[in-house]
Amino acid sequence: MQQKHYILLAVFITVVACSKSITEKVFTGFAAPKHFPETKYNFALNPVTQAGFELGRQLFYDAVLSRNNTISCGSCHIQSSAFTQHGHDVSHGIDDRLGRRNSPPVMNLAWAPHFMWDGGIFNLDLQPISPITAHEEMDESVANVISKLQSGTKYPALFEKAFGSTTITTANFMKALSQFMLMCVSSNSKYDSVMQQRGNAQFTADELAGYQLVQQKCAPCHKEPLFTDFSFRNNGIGIGANNDMGRFDVTLNDADKYKFKVPSLRNLAYTPPYMHDGRFYTLEAVINHYSNTVQQTPNLDALMLQNNGQPGIPLTPDEKNQILAFLRTLNDKIFITNSLLSEQ
Amino acid sequence: MKKAGYIIVILGTALVLSGCKKNTGTTGNPDADLAALTVEFDHIVGGQNLILNNVNYINAAGEMYTIERVQYFISNIQLAKADGSAYTVNQDSSYFLINEADAASRLAKVKIPEGDYTTLSFVLGVDSLRNTMDISKRTGVLDPAAGNDDGMYWGWNSGYIFFKMEGTSPQAPADPTGVRKYRYHIGGFGGYSSTTINNIKTIKINLVNKGIAKVRKQRNANIHLMVDLDKVFSGTTLISIATHPTVMFSDYSVNIANNYTAMFLHDHTEN
Repeated sequence: MQQKHYILLAVFITVVACSKSITEKVFTGFAAPKHFPETKYNFALNPVTQAGFELGRQLFYDAVLSRNNTISCGSCHIQSSAFTQHGHDVSHGIDDRLGRRNSPPVMNLAWAPHFMWDGGIFNLDLQPISPITAHEEMDESVANVISKLQSGTKYPALFEKAFGSTTITTANFMKALSQFMLMCVSSNSKYDSVMQQRGNAQFTADELAGYQLVQQKCAPCHKEPLFTDFSFRNNGIGIGANNDMGRFDVTLNDADKYKFKVPSLRNLAYTPPYMHDGRFYTLEAVINHYSNTVQQTPNLDALMLQNNGQPGIPLTPDEKNQILAFLRTLNDKIFITNSLLSEQ
Repeated sequence: MKKAGYIIVILGTALVLSGCKKNTGTTGNPDADLAALTVEFDHIVGGQNLILNNVNYINAAGEMYTIERVQYFISNIQLAKADGSAYTVNQDSSYFLINEADAASRLAKVKIPEGDYTTLSFVLGVDSLRNTMDISKRTGVLDPAAGNDDGMYWGWNSGYIFFKMEGTSPQAPADPTGVRKYRYHIGGFGGYSSTTINNIKTIKINLVNKGIAKVRKQRNANIHLMVDLDKVFSGTTLISIATHPTVMFSDYSVNIANNYTAMFLHDHTEN
């Protein structure tokens, strides 16, 4: 009974805290779109505040996070490319070093149960440690970043504003970055307008036909409305030159060899190239792969055998065009131009 | 049935409340009733004292090697008496990173109630709960911000490295700079969403033969352990540096973890 009161009180405080932020002109706090599922991130342990979000944004775009102060998070996660690294098959980091995988988008992460192509990281607050310390990305230690932030003039005051202390801890550093990344929500594509019946939004005949094809042939993996089910699958693109085994690296389970996380279909116009190693430069090439060149490699997903047990998902030229028309409705111009998410 | 449930709830609440009271009581120090105990980790290689970098050792496979770095996590320390009753050190004060290069770190200092203790147990590694906790609970030695070389955390595959031992050996392959290093980074807490290797090891040491710990308030008992690092290469599996110069997150790491559970030898207790 008493505990219930506490919970009610906590809810009340949260509501008050939220309603306060709603009155801000620019920053309106984190709001889950109505047609999205429940979030996975534990907001109770890191409520998004304006000061925390703005600090996180500053950190995201600050090259001080890298060893020689040349690379920021925003270097490989460019907003105009829906927070991916446009034109790079694999990520291009410090000292022109190349990673082994394509930079994934910073998008709708509040709904993600795990991160990276292999899902090796299971909490957003732990995610930035990986790019900061990776030799071919930022090649820095988190401790050294914190010491650089602490000794500068700008950050101690910003941390105090956001977390109540000028002493910068690993936890607050990570939580500030999480607050920025959580706010990177893409939910304003034409698809979203149609689903939410905003204005008179309607699919064209081709888009609608494409939507139905996607529902029939792509939906089990690219599940609406996030357009991924966050599972790990081998989609038959063939083993890469570096024999990247994907999810297997994390689980050491043979059944996970060559499986990678299903990426979202949102914002594809801004995010080429595609796949974990960026091997496809155009969407047409991706669709032709599913239709014609799916390869039988270990752990090929059963859904890749829709053609009477033959690898591949048969599609006519018209169907391909309809799918492409639908995929264009998933591009969210507001997301890639939202100044709230840009470097200030 | 229902009544019993209420009683349990009330009793539970009372216990929780009294527990809180104790911590915020007038003494202000919940450790006031406890006495000091140290567990000392003294590194050796076979019959020799460990000297980092400069001294060659020979493992069971006949390979020469040096040790440049050795560090590992000790956690969840528990002491038991002859009657079987046990005291578990407050979890938040029970994580230690033992590092040969840092003499102070080799003494794990805890507070426990007075008594005569006959068994020491601890976890070599970091329990899965702490591996998955909110980042704000990961302070001190568990802060994942530690440096890259001496760090004990895998950023790409969220989880702590439990045991790290590195050195050189003529049997290890030369890297591009000509250095012949072996590197053993052992971890794996069982996986978060998918099951994978679990190298969390509970070590149980009987203190009866070499001296039980007589823990008293006015004194500081010290359980002195010898930690024989040569056991990393022998035990249940003979490890060859030539065949396995680098062992990190892999199925093979289980063999090294099984080996090193046998490296803790109770030497004596200073009471």
